[in-house]
Amino acid sequence: MRRNLIIGTALSLLVVIAALVSFVWTPFDHTSLNIPAKLQTPNATHWLGTDHFGRDIFSMIMVGARTSIAVAFVAVGIGMMTGVPLGLWAAARKGTWLDEVIMRGNDLIFAFPSLVIAILITAIFGAGAVNAIIAIGIFNIPVFARITRGAALSLWEREFILAARVAGKSAARISAEHILPNVMNLLIVQGTIQFSLGILAEAALSYVGLGAQPPTPSWGRMLADAQTLVSIAPHMALIPGFAIIVTVLGLNLMGDGLRDYLDPRLRVTRT
Amino acid sequence: MLRYTLKRFASLLISLAVASLVIFFVIEVAPGDPASFMLGMNAQPETLAALRSELGLDVPKWQRYLDWTGGMLVGDFGTSYTYRTPVAEMVAARLWVSLPLALYALTLSTLIAFPAGIYAAARRGQAGDVTIMAATQLGVAIPNFWFAMMMVLIFAINLRWFSAGGFAGWDNGLWTGLHSLTLPAVSLALPQAAILARVMRSALLDVLGEDFMRTARAKGLTSGQALRRHGLRNALIPVLTIIGLQFSFLLAGSIIIEQVFYLPGLGRLVFQSISARDLIVVESVVMLLVFAVIVVNFAVDLAYAAVDPRLRARS
Repeated sequence: MRRNLIIGTALSLLVVIAALVSFVWTPFDHTSLNIPAKLQTPNATHWLGTDHFGRDIFSMIMVGARTSIAVAFVAVGIGMMTGVPLGLWAAARKGTWLDEVIMRGNDLIFAFPSLVIAILITAIFGAGAVNAIIAIGIFNIPVFARITRGAALSLWEREFILAARVAGKSAARISAEHILPNVMNLLIVQGTIQFSLGILAEAALSYVGLGAQPPTPSWGRMLADAQTLVSIAPHMALIPGFAIIVTVLGLNLMGDGLRDYLDPRLRVTRT
Repeated sequence: MLRYTLKRFASLLISLAVASLVIFFVIEVAPGDPASFMLGMNAQPETLAALRSELGLDVPKWQRYLDWTGGMLVGDFGTSYTYRTPVAEMVAARLWVSLPLALYALTLSTLIAFPAGIYAAARRGQAGDVTIMAATQLGVAIPNFWFAMMMVLIFAINLRWFSAGGFAGWDNGLWTGLHSLTLPAVSLALPQAAILARVMRSALLDVLGEDFMRTARAKGLTSGQALRRHGLRNALIPVLTIIGLQFSFLLAGSIIIEQVFYLPGLGRLVFQSISARDLIVVESVVMLLVFAVIVVNFAVDLAYAAVDPRLRARS
């Protein structure tokens, strides 16, 4: 199934390139208002039409990609940087109180309704991209901790780890030098999945007005603007929606493809 | 079984205690004093102090924590700062929207996912399987609030089959209530159904490779009979976990969908209370949702142990 990997990577790259190009070029200035040109459907001048302020939707989508990618990327980073060491640590101290505390802590975070907590955090500490990142990132921690611990536990039973222990390496060094490289594939695959979930979460938070604030463009906020106009200007809702779907679909396909590519044993039972 | 149950119950109680502490202190550090928020910038210090003592904000934090948790144990969730009505009543009223909505969505999601997942597993690698899997990939990628907007555009604005928002209430009959929850339930159910169908398919595929399935075929059952009698039952365990998780997700996760359809549910209550700094309502609703998740997980754990004795022995 190399097809998933190729299609997924192509779609994801498309979005990344759009975001990068937007730093140097967009068809129009995404902030400039042009009321006479408002609510145009896609045409030769405005490739994806204009919104209720006459802003060029194509330019807004390009710049909005930056917001989505940045928020999701940092949120996944928080989850990995915190969750992976915790998972390695718990596995190295398997069965001790430390393992128990780390894993029960993870269960606890899982028990919190993530969206409600994200809304709570952004509402208490102020709406904005940074707080959205933290809110999404916190819920990535237990995901990475759990997956790392699970994979690390089975590795600790293997002969090459025993050899490293006989050679006198400490648990910390074994975790860093032998366990981590062997769970890396799993983490990369999970990372792409969490990345796509992060993009969905960012869109949802921006949609209710708690994500990136104006004038930073965001796909979720474009959808919120579109909601009241959906009957007269459906393209305002359709286009940001498609942008989100293409990005998330691309990342998910890439994740599936990577999993198959990196671990041939999993090719048989795919979910 | 009793020992296992007691052990799980103890861990349930600890989780609830820790969760309540976390919620209380996260909300306590929130900037913005409810009393000064309610009275505005120019309030007299005496008025402020009077309101603070009326709301019970002048007692030490630890005592407020004990009052709050102690009250919840007997069903007293305190009094809303802004509405001055018991929080329990407000929550109960909202539950009559959120709970049926979650159940409705869960039913729809199960009704779609089971046949789709079973069909895909039985036709593994064939055109039907490929189509269903492609559809689920798309279903997972669609933001449910965007899908909700599209449903409104098609079924409410263009076809006029449903209203675009609001809740008709249960007083006008079950049908009217369900009718106004249909679009929200479908929007919520679609991504959940996609996930569930994928889990169902992969759980079945795992089981189909087992020796007992080959034995079932060898003793003369058709593949359909073997699937129904031996396959499905064994594949249900991972599927039940996901259904349990989805129920709590739907209860809490409908917040955005309630926003799209202007539904007076729990999600909107949290949202309104946060912006009005009505912290006691926020604390109580979040605690209630966490309680629901923890209890559902507990019930799922017990259900497993009842079904599968191996799980009892392991812990």
